[in-house]
Amino acid sequence: MKSRTKRLFSTLTVLAGISAGGAVMAAECIAPANPGGGWDFTCRTIGKIMYDIGAVSDPIQVTNMAGGGGGLAYSHVVNERNDDPELIVAASSATATRLAQNAYAGMTADQVSFLGAIGADPGVLVVAAGSPYQSLNDLLDAVKADPSSVTFAGGSAAGGFDHLKVLMALNEVGYNDVTKVKYIGVDGGADALTQTIGGFTQAMTGDISEVVGFLPTGDVRVLAVFTDERIPGFESIPTAREQGVDLVAVNWRGLYVPKGISSEAYDRWSTALAEVAASPEWAAAMQANGLAPFTRVGDDFQDYLAEVIADIETLSREIGVIQ
Amino acid sequence: MELLANLSQGFAVALTWSTLILAISGCFAGTIIGSLPGLGPSNGVAILIPLAFSLSLDATEALVLMTSVYYGAMYGGRISSILLNIPGDEPALMTTLDGYPMARQGRAGDALVLSGVASFVGALLATIGLMILAPILARIAYLFGPAEYFALYMLAFCTLGGLSSRNQIKAGLAAIIGLAIAMIGLDNTTGLPRLTFGSLHLMDGVDFLVAIVGLFAVAEIFIYMESHGRESAIGVKLERITIPFREIGNSAVTMLRSTLIGFIAGVLPGAGASLGSFLAYMAEKSLSRDKETFGTGNPRGVAAPEAGNNAAAGGALVPMLTLGVPGSGTTAVLLALLVTLNITPGPLLFEERPEVVWGLVASLLIANFVLLIMNVPLVKLFVRILSVPPWILLPGITMVAFGGIYSLSGSSYDLVLMLLFGLFGYLCRKLDVPTVPIILGILLGNHMEDSLRRAMVISDGDWTYLFTSPISIVLWLAAIGGFVAPMFLRNLLRTPPRVED
Repeated sequence: MKSRTKRLFSTLTVLAGISAGGAVMAAECIAPANPGGGWDFTCRTIGKIMYDIGAVSDPIQVTNMAGGGGGLAYSHVVNERNDDPELIVAASSATATRLAQNAYAGMTADQVSFLGAIGADPGVLVVAAGSPYQSLNDLLDAVKADPSSVTFAGGSAAGGFDHLKVLMALNEVGYNDVTKVKYIGVDGGADALTQTIGGFTQAMTGDISEVVGFLPTGDVRVLAVFTDERIPGFESIPTAREQGVDLVAVNWRGLYVPKGISSEAYDRWSTALAEVAASPEWAAAMQANGLAPFTRVGDDFQDYLAEVIADIETLSREIGVIQ
Repeated sequence: MELLANLSQGFAVALTWSTLILAISGCFAGTIIGSLPGLGPSNGVAILIPLAFSLSLDATEALVLMTSVYYGAMYGGRISSILLNIPGDEPALMTTLDGYPMARQGRAGDALVLSGVASFVGALLATIGLMILAPILARIAYLFGPAEYFALYMLAFCTLGGLSSRNQIKAGLAAIIGLAIAMIGLDNTTGLPRLTFGSLHLMDGVDFLVAIVGLFAVAEIFIYMESHGRESAIGVKLERITIPFREIGNSAVTMLRSTLIGFIAGVLPGAGASLGSFLAYMAEKSLSRDKETFGTGNPRGVAAPEAGNNAAAGGALVPMLTLGVPGSGTTAVLLALLVTLNITPGPLLFEERPEVVWGLVASLLIANFVLLIMNVPLVKLFVRILSVPPWILLPGITMVAFGGIYSLSGSSYDLVLMLLFGLFGYLCRKLDVPTVPIILGILLGNHMEDSLRRAMVISDGDWTYLFTSPISIVLWLAAIGGFVAPMFLRNLLRTPPRVED
């Protein structure tokens, strides 16, 4: 009897150890999602490289705080950690999109300080190999002529960044009736690709990292990538710009810090981030994860972000995701 | 013979000491994680991912550790289903229906051994299926669009009424409550939040584990407190544990059938293990001649869902590896791990990284045998937990559940929600409303709604689109059959009242 009780208690102790995690007072990186996702990757990789190259003196502890599409972590930082200089938080295009759409329960982008982005997953439009659409313009023209003839599939919910990319591209070619455009949000980019290869949807909108595994099979064709230049390693894929559609849409990976920290603390973090961006370790990590170079740190990044958020807000109002 | 060459290459990877130790400790940890309510395979794997990083395991080793935890959790989930009537994780839900009544009749050992063997059969055959057929099976995913998935979920819902033999109206009501709970959160089709009352916590919807632990474990505590232990479900008679060869033999066909159903559900990315075990159970019930004994401790009602959910777990690896599409919450976490390890799942993974794929297959085979040994001869260990008096066991289980639920989001909100579910579960018990359909409603409701809405977007609202492919027509016919047939058959099958004079 006694030994059984002991066994139960030891299980409990182990478990308490797992869930309690960090009581150590070192710099912390919050990944606002479960382990394994993009935000988790940002925290773990950037945190590790910062320590490895000596940009910070102690290892950075990663905390996962999933919930509300990053909203829980956001409100945690704004309400409880606003002056904590030892805190960085992973962010991406999804963070900006949700802020623009007021999806964080009324919180706004100016309640934290965005630090910078150092890498991006370029947006792509993909069709099945047998699709009649040979170029980006073929596809966009088909939507213009008859919006009900094309359904787009993407890995984010309606109003998410994958959906918005399509609408932005259509805006560029002068089509503004965005509510007519058919889009279904499925469970992730690979699922969207499966539906497109299966012929249930006509095109997939997503990030290039979601398509890489399918490229060598010849099951799909990438019509366009939304970057300034063709991506190293994927030179055969034309950019949207070359095809006359002036759109750059990437899923950047970056960080924000609490609003209330001193400007010295902010500068310390932005220097550290810039050092990571310039390191060979980060170049290797980007290549391994299908990210393209995209470095914007400090004021430069905040200007870029303000512009992106304003664009997304306008579009989201038009499609009715926000009133 | 290429297969054998590949496999021997895989065993060369899997049979190193370090990999073997990882597989065994993964199986052990997984079984424990699975058996603890509140810790399911998906958060178990998620909790252990940082461990894989800190041990700096290479791709194959990390994958071996995580998949043995995954398989272990699928085995372990049944233990608390059978012993405590509290599902250890969502796929083990159906095992409570007959497993717990068996335990009440003093056959806990039989139920555990039988379900262990069923798990083994399901998982082993699914692993072999994965090995031989993965590249071909992957193409099935291309045949299932929103209309086909909707029909599949309709099939599940149409058979749900037959779940409770006592009161179908209450079962239906419970399923509707479950569906209503499933509506909470971000609506995928419009991107707008529903029923969240402005709370960020509800944006992602209600986690199944919160609902399961609340409705089963916490509610059990309330009942226990109220009756001072007399009415509590805990406290099962124990007898000598033997291997129930006769029942294993009787359930052999059941296991094979359920494995097939579970495996197919697993291979379809939109279905998954919970649907697999549910359909396996319902199919077995409707094929059986002694339908009325299902739900009262029929051994085949234990074998079917366990073979089904373990086969589905193996099946779910097919779309994950060959398409990069996760078929369940756990495979979503595993997929994220793969990507972090710089492995790009996709149609060419089998050719480009054979050492990863075949190492994984080989270690799954090893893990299966390890798990069989852990779960059959050593089953006494688990049964002995029962002799801990309920006043220690119940609070202990609940504390573990609180820890597990807290680890989901690190916020106390889920704990409060879990207590509310507990109160609700208590009310349901008092009003004799079954809680299993509530969970099924939550589990299946979201997928079913999403499929329907996607189909409607694609077809511009034309409902005939739902019946345009042969696959969906067959599924619809089966669904209608499953819904209507019991109404007529019941009258036909019921033995006429004996003439007394």
